[in-house]
Amino acid sequence: MIEPTTTTTSASATASPLLRIVAVTKRFGGFAAVDALSLDLVAGEFFALLGPSGCGKTTLLRMLAGFETPDHGAILLDGEDVAPVLPHRRPVNMMFQSYALFPHLSVQDNVAFGLRRAGLPKAEIAARVAEMLALVRLEGFERRKPDQLSGGQRQRVALARALARRPRLLLLDEPMAALDKKLRQSTQAELKELQRRLGTTFVIVTHDQEEAMTVADRIGVMDRGRLVQVGPPRELYETPASRWIAGFVGDINLIEGRVVSREGGRLVLALPDGGATVMALCAGAGRQDAADGCIAVRPEKIRLAPADSAAGEGAPNRLAGEVVDVTYQGSVSLYRVALKGGLVVRAALANASRAGVPDLGPGRAVTASFAPEDGVVLEA
Amino acid sequence: MTIRRIFSGPARLAAIAPLVWLTLFFLLPFGFVLKISLSHTVIAQPPYAPLIPLTGGFEALRAALAQLDLGNFASLAADELYVMSYVRSLVVASASTALLVAIGYPIAYGMARLPPARQPLAMMLVIVPFWTSFLIRIYAWINVLQHDGLLNRVLLALHVVDKPVVWLSTDTAMYLGIVYSYAPFMVLPLYATLARMDVSLLEAAADLGCSRLKAFWLVTLPLSLRGVAAGALLCFIPIVGEFVIPDLLAGSERLMIGQTLWLEFFTNKDWPVASSIAVVLLAVLLLPLLVFQRLERRSVEGGTR
Repeated sequence: MIEPTTTTTSASATASPLLRIVAVTKRFGGFAAVDALSLDLVAGEFFALLGPSGCGKTTLLRMLAGFETPDHGAILLDGEDVAPVLPHRRPVNMMFQSYALFPHLSVQDNVAFGLRRAGLPKAEIAARVAEMLALVRLEGFERRKPDQLSGGQRQRVALARALARRPRLLLLDEPMAALDKKLRQSTQAELKELQRRLGTTFVIVTHDQEEAMTVADRIGVMDRGRLVQVGPPRELYETPASRWIAGFVGDINLIEGRVVSREGGRLVLALPDGGATVMALCAGAGRQDAADGCIAVRPEKIRLAPADSAAGEGAPNRLAGEVVDVTYQGSVSLYRVALKGGLVVRAALANASRAGVPDLGPGRAVTASFAPEDGVVLEA
Repeated sequence: MTIRRIFSGPARLAAIAPLVWLTLFFLLPFGFVLKISLSHTVIAQPPYAPLIPLTGGFEALRAALAQLDLGNFASLAADELYVMSYVRSLVVASASTALLVAIGYPIAYGMARLPPARQPLAMMLVIVPFWTSFLIRIYAWINVLQHDGLLNRVLLALHVVDKPVVWLSTDTAMYLGIVYSYAPFMVLPLYATLARMDVSLLEAAADLGCSRLKAFWLVTLPLSLRGVAAGALLCFIPIVGEFVIPDLLAGSERLMIGQTLWLEFFTNKDWPVASSIAVVLLAVLLLPLLVFQRLERRSVEGGTR
């Protein structure tokens, strides 16, 4: 077993995490699906495990549920190592991607299933089932069988069933993967609202970064069995720790160049074509020795102006280029601009009026610019 | 409405094909059997009367039909021999089906839980005996079970018994033969049901507090009952009418209805009584079919509302 570390022996119950994952490794054959991963979750938070398929997020979730046993490391729930505890003895419930509703049981029997196993008195089971069905707004569907429900209704039954035992930890494996986009968005909002109301700790696994950002208080980005960055959605989006994360969480322009100076908390890069330089604030000291650097800018932080416009002249980060094409996407239009050196940057301009921005069609010479504080210096 | 629209043109012909088949090869022959069952035995060729006059007009036809009666059915009900044959057939079929479920379920369950790559091999092993003629396999059993057969020699060599056991011409041998012959009909539908089951259902059961045994009892078993019903039906119905296995392996003091029918037809040359036995047998067999269909319909209705 893992020795309790000295830092967690404090008496304060609120400070100690509900769940501690300590250096957990799970191998399938020679392949490490989860590789020496550590993570603490505090009670009541909504945590999202985000990553591409095959990154190990589902394996990690299944270890929390007890369907897989870690090869190394410990999973401490309220300070107790649950790694050797069988799934049916854990105070943890899971909502399955396929929902895994029992097809031979009615909605109420599905929800009552876990309560009956817990040996609750009949009256309490009935009350809890009614409470859960009210929670997911499925009153009146008690006697339906799962195949008499729509996809969205089945999803809510699965949620009610997983919540009925009042787990310490609720695990959700891609819970919205089977829903269409419109329904997914409203369900995300409901899920977040529900979690806030119940105060139960939720861990959701998803490959959809928008979903993770919508529902979660904190997101852990996973890649090849490791957590590469953990933080609130804003932090992940605005200050990604690496190029890979920057590209995985949303769209981003990577501007690479030779380091000109690195002074006063500012990194200045010279673009390959020689002329233009770009500048961004860099918080840390960074790798002082590196000759090349990278500044990343989100498309919505790039402004476009006709090349002959005098606005903003003299400001930093003004890059001359030509509009390649424009993709109208409703709330925004995405402009692809070829810079002088050949680099193509994407700029997302809000369609704030119905007329849009008519004087920036394909072929127009434009100036793309961004504020130094909107660029992110990426070292990795 | 929608059904009519879907089944138009060539598709409608395809829908009619099974009806034509059933009429030609089931309803029409059954009509002949039914007619013979209402006739009387005569020493003639064919050995029953009246014959339906194809020429002679309406009057002759009516005169012939007037001779038909239910006398054969009355004698079936009156004679204990027939009643006991039916009872024995139903008892043997029920007991065999129960044995087949008890033996077939674990086999099918084990197959369905094999690694997916191994499952086709297991299925082959179940099917392979079909490649040898059924009759040859029953004769092989006679060889194994006879006085100086393989079974007795092994038992003697192991000193389990000190003189050969009489296996042949016993109910034990008959049940052995029936269970052996019908096992694939039980295993395959059960395997199909169990293999199709979503394993995440068992994980969900475990997640909600079920031990493995409890999960089997509450999830796997109820979800496989349709497979059990299908397998039981596939076995029960042909076993009721089974003739070859009881004739070759069981004793001759108590007959199954198939044997009695054979005797009436070939030994007594009493076609009308043999036909009435067949008609009653069909009526008896329709009963489990109707029950199964009702169950099926109920679950289908549950699924489409």
